[in-house]
Amino acid sequence: MRRIISATVLNESGVLNRLTGLLTKRQFNIENITVGHTEDPAVSKVTLTVWVEDDRKAEQLVKQLHKQINILKVRDLTNMALVSRELALIKVLTTPDTRSEIKMLIEPFRATVLDVSLENVTLEVTGDSEKVDALIELLRPYGIKEISRTGITAIPRGTQKKILELHPYSIM
Amino acid sequence: MKASWVAEQKTVESSLVSGAELFIQGLLNENVDVVFGYPGGAVLPIYDALYKAEMKHVLTRHEQGAIHAAQGYARVTGKPGVVLATSGPGATNLVTGIADAMIDSIPLVIFTGQVATKVIGTDAFQEADIVGITMPITKHNYQVQKAEDLPRIMKEAFHIANTGRKGPVLIDIPKDIAVNHAPLKEAADIHLPGYQPTLKPNILQVKRLNEALQMAKKPVLLTGAGVLAAKAEEELLAFAEYYQIPVAQTLLGLGGFPADHPLCYGMAGMHGTYAANMALYDCDLLIGVGARFDDRLTGNLEHFAKKAVVAHIDIDPAEIGKNVPTEIPIVGCAKETLKALNQTCGEKGKSSEWVIQLSKYRSELPLTYKSNDKELKPQKLMEILHEVTKGAAVVSTDVGQHQMWAAQYYTFSTSNRWITSGGLGTMGFGFPAAIGAKVGRPDLSVIAVVGDGGFQMTLQELGVLQDWELPVIVVIVNNKSLGMVRQWQEIFYEKRYSHSLLDIQPDFVKLAAAYGIEGKRAENEAEVREALAAALASKKPFVLDCAVSADENVYPMIAPGKGLHEMIGVRG
Repeated sequence: MRRIISATVLNESGVLNRLTGLLTKRQFNIENITVGHTEDPAVSKVTLTVWVEDDRKAEQLVKQLHKQINILKVRDLTNMALVSRELALIKVLTTPDTRSEIKMLIEPFRATVLDVSLENVTLEVTGDSEKVDALIELLRPYGIKEISRTGITAIPRGTQKKILELHPYSIM
Repeated sequence: MKASWVAEQKTVESSLVSGAELFIQGLLNENVDVVFGYPGGAVLPIYDALYKAEMKHVLTRHEQGAIHAAQGYARVTGKPGVVLATSGPGATNLVTGIADAMIDSIPLVIFTGQVATKVIGTDAFQEADIVGITMPITKHNYQVQKAEDLPRIMKEAFHIANTGRKGPVLIDIPKDIAVNHAPLKEAADIHLPGYQPTLKPNILQVKRLNEALQMAKKPVLLTGAGVLAAKAEEELLAFAEYYQIPVAQTLLGLGGFPADHPLCYGMAGMHGTYAANMALYDCDLLIGVGARFDDRLTGNLEHFAKKAVVAHIDIDPAEIGKNVPTEIPIVGCAKETLKALNQTCGEKGKSSEWVIQLSKYRSELPLTYKSNDKELKPQKLMEILHEVTKGAAVVSTDVGQHQMWAAQYYTFSTSNRWITSGGLGTMGFGFPAAIGAKVGRPDLSVIAVVGDGGFQMTLQELGVLQDWELPVIVVIVNNKSLGMVRQWQEIFYEKRYSHSLLDIQPDFVKLAAAYGIEGKRAENEAEVREALAAALASKKPFVLDCAVSADENVYPMIAPGKGLHEMIGVRG
């Protein structure tokens, strides 16, 4: 199953190496990972998406991450109400005929055109992964030259379900 | 701050001291009384400061010897072992010991030299990325970027190494950092927001365990090295006695509960006793204390404690539920948790029939071996060792057959007398670890029980015995083979002894003599007794090469993939 894990880490050299090394050591496969500063310059936030077999493995992952000295906080966001976003830059081949068609097509996705050349346009789209996937599929027939995706970053919603409705861990 | 040696080093015109001097001051602040190490180019400034400070330093003959010695020291003293090695090969030679200390939770603080900061990353002479290499095998590691950070980093390192679940911490010091000057001032209080080990147990879980104990008819305690690390022996004894709970021990937990106590059923696991393994198999309440349910202990998890409610007390939350599903998880230090359990205990348990049953197993199916007049049996050798040392010696081993025989037949009634490479299973560990133990506890007899294979991996440390005239007794359990490999080849590979027989050996007695150490070869019980008595009386280093029966196997045994109830060789 896919798990979205958020880790707050000290902004020190080697901390990302430590985190990914731990996942390698324990045989977890990272699907995507994003890192960035937080409101505190000494602290960064890492959001990772990982495939795990079962809840026990997911629990292990959170606990092992938590053991690292420069990882401050680890949360499994999977079962929480959350907002998640991903940004993608997509370079699509265009001809004079298709250019305006593509512009219309991307409108409902609220994608924007960042760059135009004679042969292609570069688009920016932000949203959850499903939305990004959908746009990419829609554009594929025109010929996609290049895609660059950030991977998802996420934050829990301000209002959560009661704790009892969440998936229980043996100790957390 | 301790009486400041470094303050005296300050010149009148400057209030600054070098990184190397800060290093010495850091050791003094932590009450370090000995450093195990080996010099080299990148640590020359540090060794110069050591020389001036007259810090006790044990020069081993290989960096691996230094780190295993520090492990032995830590095991018997409960203090972190301190290791110092140079950059590049000096640092990489430590890797086996670091991994060993990590998996067995032994507190170490390891200092490695590094090339100067301006050439890091240029593949300079003797450069190795030791921080990168040791990241997965240390509890934490650092590279010092500024000399003034050193006091803080050292304070943190000693704290991290010896609290929570203990383990090795490495500090990499570039050469220029050791030379650069910084102000001499006390490190601020430790601030580690990401490291807050839970010591006190959750009282609700403690209550649940006490309630479960009142219901249980077949409770069992599985005690590991966490009991020793937390110094919780007394609390464990009181707890087991109050509820009358039978105790099974892990390999590393031996000594945490007295072996001669009526509730002690010995070591469990692959080569454990019938009673201990059946206790784990049949129990209705399993209480793990500071043990991590390693695969060599549990056997096939499909059959492990299937009828039991599992309670697990561990300081490391990641161990709980890792291998065995746990109904009553208790995160906390063994001492604090057992104390809380003892304070809130309810009605006494209903375990009397169960205790009788297990005691019957213990008396009817004890550990056993067939002896004869012609050969020296390795099991008998361990019994003689116990007898001659009155069971009070520190015993240190490598990995393999001799390790299992020592664990089975040198029964420990005192804690912190047993030093063995459990998790990593490192050959060559036992002898240097015994050196460190003797340095840490000169008042105790120390015996390195080693195999003829393992001894040849680190025997250069005989130089340390000669150097310090350390009265360590090396007992070589010589079966002219890599015994455990040979045993598995005999049982599982139709006796195809692929590269496991060591017929060509040095003359160990002459080898000892080359180091100025007395040695003897013993081929029967009488010779062993005589030589051991003489060695103990002489208070000098001694090498005893014991020719034991070469085809003896360790039994009982649980074959890989089998459950604890499927032991073979129970009846010898």
